[in-house]
Amino acid sequence: MDVLTLSRLQFAVTGMFHFIFVPLTLGISILVAYMETRYVLSGDETWLRMTKFWGKLFLINFALGVVTGITMEFQFGMNWAEYSRYVGDIFGAPLAIEATVAFFMESVFIGVWIFGWNKVSKRLHAISIWLVAIGTNVSALWILLANGWMQHPVGYVLRNGRAEMTDFLAVVTNPIGLIKFAHQLVSGYTVAAFFIMGISAYHLLKGNQPAFFKRSFRVGATFGVATAFLVLVTGDFHAVEVARNQPAKFAAMESVWETRQGLGMYLLLFPDAANQCNSVEALCVPKLVSILAYHDPESTIKGLKEYLPAERPPVLPVFLSFRAMAGLGTLFIGLSLLAFLMSRGDNIDRRRWFLRIMLYAIPLPYLANQFGWLVAEIGRQPWIVYGVMKTSDAVSKSIDMAQVVGSLVGFTLLYGFLGVVDIYLLAKYARKGPDEDVSAMIKPAGEV
Amino acid sequence: MEFQIIWFVLWGVLWSVYFMLDGFVMGSGMLHHILGKNDGERRVMINIIGPVWDGNEVWLITAGGATFAAFPTTYALMFSYLYTPLLLLLFALIVRGVSYEFRGKENGATWKKGWDLAIAVCNFLPALLFGVAFGNIFRGLPMDGAGYHGSLLYLLNPYGLLTGVLFVLLFVVHGALYATVKTTGELSARALGVANKVWPVLTVVAVAFLAYTYPATRLYDNFLQHPVFLVAPLLAVAALLGIRVLTAQQKPLAAFAASCITILMVVATGVIGLFPNLIPSNMGAEFSLTAFNSSSSLYTLKIMTVVAAIFVPIVIVYKIWVYRVFRAKLTIEDLVGNKHAY
Ligand code: HDD
Ligand code: HEM
Ligand code: HEM
Repeated sequence: MDVLTLSRLQFAVTGMFHFIFVPLTLGISILVAYMETRYVLSGDETWLRMTKFWGKLFLINFALGVVTGITMEFQFGMNWAEYSRYVGDIFGAPLAIEATVAFFMESVFIGVWIFGWNKVSKRLHAISIWLVAIGTNVSALWILLANGWMQHPVGYVLRNGRAEMTDFLAVVTNPIGLIKFAHQLVSGYTVAAFFIMGISAYHLLKGNQPAFFKRSFRVGATFGVATAFLVLVTGDFHAVEVARNQPAKFAAMESVWETRQGLGMYLLLFPDAANQCNSVEALCVPKLVSILAYHDPESTIKGLKEYLPAERPPVLPVFLSFRAMAGLGTLFIGLSLLAFLMSRGDNIDRRRWFLRIMLYAIPLPYLANQFGWLVAEIGRQPWIVYGVMKTSDAVSKSIDMAQVVGSLVGFTLLYGFLGVVDIYLLAKYARKGPDEDVSAMIKPAGEV
Repeated sequence: MEFQIIWFVLWGVLWSVYFMLDGFVMGSGMLHHILGKNDGERRVMINIIGPVWDGNEVWLITAGGATFAAFPTTYALMFSYLYTPLLLLLFALIVRGVSYEFRGKENGATWKKGWDLAIAVCNFLPALLFGVAFGNIFRGLPMDGAGYHGSLLYLLNPYGLLTGVLFVLLFVVHGALYATVKTTGELSARALGVANKVWPVLTVVAVAFLAYTYPATRLYDNFLQHPVFLVAPLLAVAALLGIRVLTAQQKPLAAFAASCITILMVVATGVIGLFPNLIPSNMGAEFSLTAFNSSSSLYTLKIMTVVAAIFVPIVIVYKIWVYRVFRAKLTIEDLVGNKHAY
């Protein structure tokens, strides 16, 4: 172990932990805003109780998203000083813009939303949660433009011993960043849809407040059927961008060793990196990999052997994560379609087998999100900035083993503890169900 | 040239505003136990900062982000050189944030006691660490062409520690005044009492700091060359004295405003004294990180200036609006019906 390996491990631990909370926030903030809007428009108190109940779970989740985010921002300088120095001219800008444009809005209006129930008008209160939701989604845009730049650097020159920005417009219209944004949003929304469906399923199985949870389930199912489908569509376009810009990553995702034209996909496949081949290859769907890569059945796929071993990403984790993500994505389309159709009628609470499946499906979209990031980040190795800077050149020079061991152990323990407490609280409040009493929640209409 | 100066000024403004805003959060957090004698009062102490603490902390994230975007070399070296103190700071800020959210979610006495303790410690630590870090930056870090030659112990020199104590006391008084303004009855009176009791200590430490700064740092050079900048330290001293005068006249809100000015001007004094350095080296001026040798390209600075010119005013407008929405004093009765409060 050295400082480099430990710093990578630390970035993985802290990034993946931050990302347990972010996807739900992206989606559930919008759903809560939708519920509150329905309440404001109709005056129907079930919508208000839904806003409150799902809003509470949202807040418990949000707290950890916020506090773990600061770690991410500090780490670029703490552990990746050489990186920050070399590319800060470009990479720093989206991060600073994210804070100025998105984090302020989110953090200020979340305060209004939590504490403003009887201080601002109903309308302003609903607008606050919309501003939180928009802020969250805009923050994702900027962070993904930053990450997109690392994956596919554009709009820069190498000058004065570093990368300098020459074209801001190119950075903000980077196709990799934008497709990442699109795919990330809908996969976050999918997490939220399954979260709401799963917890509603739990209560419907217990027979608690059926009207409330049937309606919640329906909201989740309607949202989910749209987003799960969009995950596939955006994922498909994402794969095309990867094939075009990061061919070595694409080859690792599909475990392709030899360059081939019109390559088919083996449904059963297992890579054997030591011998540079696949130990299992069976059930071939002709031309599928070529179609996925370039939307062209006759296109040529470059194999991993075209790259020096030192320039290849680790194949096994990238391949397995990609398969797992895509497999889960297909499953989500099926599940959410079923959920959508069943929730049309009024008897979803009698489909107990299905509700049980939806309850246990809660963690799956979370896993798919983590797998997706493993593909993206491990698949980019050995580059920290694709084709420009190696990860091994990026680590801080002034830090030593003791410091990084200490921080890694500290983060692991602290995050482990907070994660346990957070999940305990989420489960507790999810089980408890909504409050019946809606008095003292709202200010009389007409006041500002 | 001008853009580097603009960003240096903005850098100073971001830090000053951050300390002014998060300062009262840290201060009232440190006084959480001392002022809050029972669960109800402690809830009041948390809920007076509830709607604003996260928005205040974002000033820190923005200060970090702006350093990254405008002075990437400074960002890289400052954060990696100060690795261990920053790590402790991160841990404290993380625990502080969740404490507010988690404390009220269970009713057990141990649960609440645990988070109460976390609130006190995790507000005290950042104040001390920021002070020590800034004291050392004022003093200069031991860095040369070969890198950094300090250690954690190196940072714990008398001047660094004195600055740490100064920050803690500034924030205690600031937080006590905030609590005086935002609460009622006995709690408010108790808070005012703390502010008055700590104020003389703060004054002594502040004088010691100003005096010790002369031999320990080169901050005064800029003031001697351009005496007009002496406005900042003079205002700091005047505002500090003003705090006591105003509390004696039973004007806590004005005293709190004076305390805001004190903090803004203390930080401004430090930043003006540093110019053009962001981080001076005490191993030779040629190794210092300045606004000119550590900045981004002109192109990036221009883009960032446009972004800041559009969005910072918008942020300020809605932040002021929020402080107005929550301007009322808070009582225990306010919290009874509100299940969303902390
Ligand atoms: C609910 C979560 C989820 C689901 C079901 C899917 N994805 Fe995904 N995927 C993500 C969540 C995600 C992600 C976490 O959001 C990633 C990680 C990096 C990124 O930008 O998005 C990602 C990355 C990612 C990448 C690699 C990005 C890179 O290397 O830079 C590709 C090619 C795809 N996805 C394609 C797909 C396909 C073809 C899917 C089939 C249905 C799919 N994803 C389902
Ligand atoms: C939140 C979702 C994310 C997760 C789960 C995640 C996960 C990871 C993982 C697993 C690694 C280690 C890869 C390896 O060393 O093999 C890593 C490295 C890294 N990631 Fe991410 N990442 C995320 C988002 C981002 C974003 C948005 C950025 C940039 C804005 C980013 C920048 C980096 C950097 C700088 C490293 C360290 C250098 C490297 O190993 O390449 N990550 N991340
Ligand atoms: C690895 C790179 C990342 C960095 C540097 C980063 C930075 C941050 C910071 C500083 C916060 C705290 C904001 C606050 O206090 O209000 C935060 C929270 C958050 N981040 Fe991340 N983040 C990263 C990855 C991501 C990704 C990939 C996404 C979304 C796609 C994301 C979305 C969010 C959201 C939704 C929050 C919670 C709410 C909030 O901002 O207050 N982050 N992040």
